Amino acid sequence: MLGTIIQFVIDVLSLGSLYALMALGLVIVYGILKMVNFAYGELIMVAGYSLYLLNGSPLPWLVMAVIAIVMAILTGMLTELVAFRPVREKSVTAVLITSFAFSTLLQNAALLFISPRARTVPLPDIFTRTVEIAGVIIPLRNLLTIVCAVVLLAVFALILKRTMLGIALRAAASQFTMARMLGVPANLIISVAFAISGLFAGIVAMFWLGRIGSVVPGIGLEPLLVAFIATVIGGMRSLVGAVVGGFLLALIDVSLNYLLPQNLLQFRDAFTFTMVIVLLVLRPEGLVRGPATGQRT
Amino acid sequence: MLRVESLQVRYGAIAAVKGVDIAVRRGELVAVLGANGAGKSSTLLAIAGALKVASGRIFLEGEDVASLTPERIVRKGIAMVPETRNVFADLTVTENLRLGAFIHRHDKRRTSAAIDEVMALFTVLGERADQAAGTLSGGEQQQLVIARALVSDPKILLLDEPSLGLAPTIVAKIFGLIEKLRERGMTILLVEQNAAQALKCADRAYVFSLGEVAASGSASEIASNTDLEAIYLGK
Repeated sequence: MLGTIIQFVIDVLSLGSLYALMALGLVIVYGILKMVNFAYGELIMVAGYSLYLLNGSPLPWLVMAVIAIVMAILTGMLTELVAFRPVREKSVTAVLITSFAFSTLLQNAALLFISPRARTVPLPDIFTRTVEIAGVIIPLRNLLTIVCAVVLLAVFALILKRTMLGIALRAAASQFTMARMLGVPANLIISVAFAISGLFAGIVAMFWLGRIGSVVPGIGLEPLLVAFIATVIGGMRSLVGAVVGGFLLALIDVSLNYLLPQNLLQFRDAFTFTMVIVLLVLRPEGLVRGPATGQRT
Repeated sequence: MLRVESLQVRYGAIAAVKGVDIAVRRGELVAVLGANGAGKSSTLLAIAGALKVASGRIFLEGEDVASLTPERIVRKGIAMVPETRNVFADLTVTENLRLGAFIHRHDKRRTSAAIDEVMALFTVLGERADQAAGTLSGGEQQQLVIARALVSDPKILLLDEPSLGLAPTIVAKIFGLIEKLRERGMTILLVEQNAAQALKCADRAYVFSLGEVAASGSASEIASNTDLEAIYLGK
């Protein structure tokens, strides 16, 4: 019994950590621009393919991972430059279309220049190791996910609270035009938000690939959907809400995995989405309120 | 110091400001009066760069700033306090003020001194330094946004309806603070619907009607012109 509980808790925390990071990467951009970056999943894809292309190089895995994450950050910033900046003052529809288009462009680039088939990515030995806790065998990767997420969230919270950049980001998320009227440079703040989004996507990619082991052009779809749902149930403009939403979604997912009979497991997603719908009917604004008096940029 | 020439501002097809000329000399407090929809706030927002200028020019100390972005205009020395008391509600009072000094953020000593100075002037802000700005009363928020504009050390302060939605006692306090700023030599362009209060502290005034300047003159001239009072000031 204790073993099952420990297993359950670790599963929820590790999956929740991953989902929370996915959601944060999405909401950091939405919070400021009030627009969803539909190319967010492709940042994970770019990190995955970067890792794949570095396979066979003499570089230590950690260096390869850093390069892959940097590629995700740069792609995030490129997304802003190409798909958002030229049209963000025109209309929301235009931004939706351009971010979808950029997402399709990146996926098709992977299809054309690499392969439509799954490609194995190099993973560190530590991802295959296990530890024993109270008689339960736990993949070390799961514990690393939790530790990494805690450290990242703590550092991010510190930056938001204690630095001028963090204050500017929070102000821009609350009232973008007023922040500009105080001298906060619009383009720089938005670029930074996309860079942070890329950083989260890159780190998520490392652990997501650790679970799957290979990369395909459409690898970003599921994380994007997860991020979107976690953000919506957590509260679309709340960073805390994104984290809460991520862990709640993981709790629902893992609970259903444990509770559903074998013949119903294939319908797990249906049960998950049903619960999400119920949650949103009861609390349409999400679990956590966003910044007060936000306005469109 | 500030000269606006033939300013036009549009909201789509609607012309909110239809060729306005105003001037503010250094150290003056100039009031802009008029009924709702007269184009007063739109003029201020255009000067601050928050609204696009359809045509016309805006000179600050001889430099045309009409096409600059809001973040560049505040660096030139124009600080605006908008009509809707746009505090960053989830940030503390101190964080709001630090943001007001964003353009001087690399000079920590200057920022610190500026914040100390406004906290001495607006004593309630010192008492509420670590409180979330959204929890302040209306009057306290108004003081915060004025203080936030001042910490950027502007050459000219644009105030858009600082008395809006405030109780009479608080309005008197706010105008007392505005008078104090004026006595310290701050150049102020003040948009107000509370014409009587505005004319008491102003040197000169413009009266707007339907997007145009209908009259201008010294504050005493405007105050004593009963025709203007009846037509434009709603008396």
